[in-house]
Amino acid sequence: MLTVLALASVVLLGIDPSQAIVIYTGWERHALLGSDVRLSCSFFSWRWTSDDVTFSWTYRPDGSKDSISIFHYTGGMAYVDNKGPFRDRLEFVGNPGRRDGSILLKNLDFSDNGTFTCDAKNPPDIVGRPQSSPLRRVPIQAGVITGAIIGVVLGLLVLIVVIYYLMRFLVARRVFSLSVSKHGKKKKEGSQQRQGPAPPADPSKVKAAASEKKKQESRKDKK
Amino acid sequence: MLLILLGVLLLHLIILILLIVSTAASAWSVGEGRNTDLWYSCLTSKDGYHYRSNELNWIQAVQALMILSVLFCFFSLIAFLFQLFKLVKGGRFFFTAIFQVFASVFVMCAAIIYTVMSPDDSAHTQFGYAYVLAWVAFPLTLISGLIYIILRKKD
Repeated sequence: MLTVLALASVVLLGIDPSQAIVIYTGWERHALLGSDVRLSCSFFSWRWTSDDVTFSWTYRPDGSKDSISIFHYTGGMAYVDNKGPFRDRLEFVGNPGRRDGSILLKNLDFSDNGTFTCDAKNPPDIVGRPQSSPLRRVPIQAGVITGAIIGVVLGLLVLIVVIYYLMRFLVARRVFSLSVSKHGKKKKEGSQQRQGPAPPADPSKVKAAASEKKKQESRKDKK
Repeated sequence: MLLILLGVLLLHLIILILLIVSTAASAWSVGEGRNTDLWYSCLTSKDGYHYRSNELNWIQAVQALMILSVLFCFFSLIAFLFQLFKLVKGGRFFFTAIFQVFASVFVMCAAIIYTVMSPDDSAHTQFGYAYVLAWVAFPLTLISGLIYIILRKKD
């Protein structure tokens, strides 16, 4: 779409070979520790890609004002960082003939947060603005936090429902055993799970009776 | 009575659809040639479509909250249908109301987090329709929950 518009404007206004070079890089990237990140850079120029095309990548760490050069491609040769923080971790994966100056940053490190800037020159078309591509290292993979939040909330929900029904059940039982102590065997029909009520005389014996009933029930369940 | 029930049920279904569309549609932030939703960012450049999945922490929280609100709205619908047939005369639709209110709280939290944290290239991006739907769904869900609190089952 953009190309069509550009070509249309060229036809209408006449070719102006001294237009600036336009550089494209990827957006803000987030990557995991230890992963490989491809920093892409390409450009658009009115001239044919010359043999003297150059690509330069510089890196500015977060919070710092100084940037260092980490990559340079010129005269058909790619020169990668061999002294700085990225030594042995950069690889040129671009295709200069296709105007692609991408580099591959391998094995992301703890301190690799910063902004990578790509500058491409296509002589004699050298007027252009370098483009930046920030990189952030994320400690957590996509979806882990999502799953954790959903799991916790649903788990709490299930837990609350279970506790609610458990409480209702227990309260019913306690009420039942208390009223048995007062009314004897009147409410025996209400329960289908008990072998027989043990009528305690004091409230202090209610707990013992309840545990005794539980033992009877568990014995019955095992049968 | 039947009319009220039908109206409330219809409202509930509309809310559920709004929430699902808002969660799934790719239009929370739109800019020129680029739209973002909770799951992916899509960029149309001269090379074609680029997809990038969102890995930011706050986006994951927004994802989780939106999914939870859809789930809770769905649970409240099921609870409503269940309680419609099982509730005693004069009873309130308690579980339905609780789930619906939770759903509205979750949508509100999600929309607020997105508003505060959304990336600001303000020159190029504005909020898309899915974001608007989330904000619309929040008061609707809240009202629906309140209706369920007030509603009593007659027969």
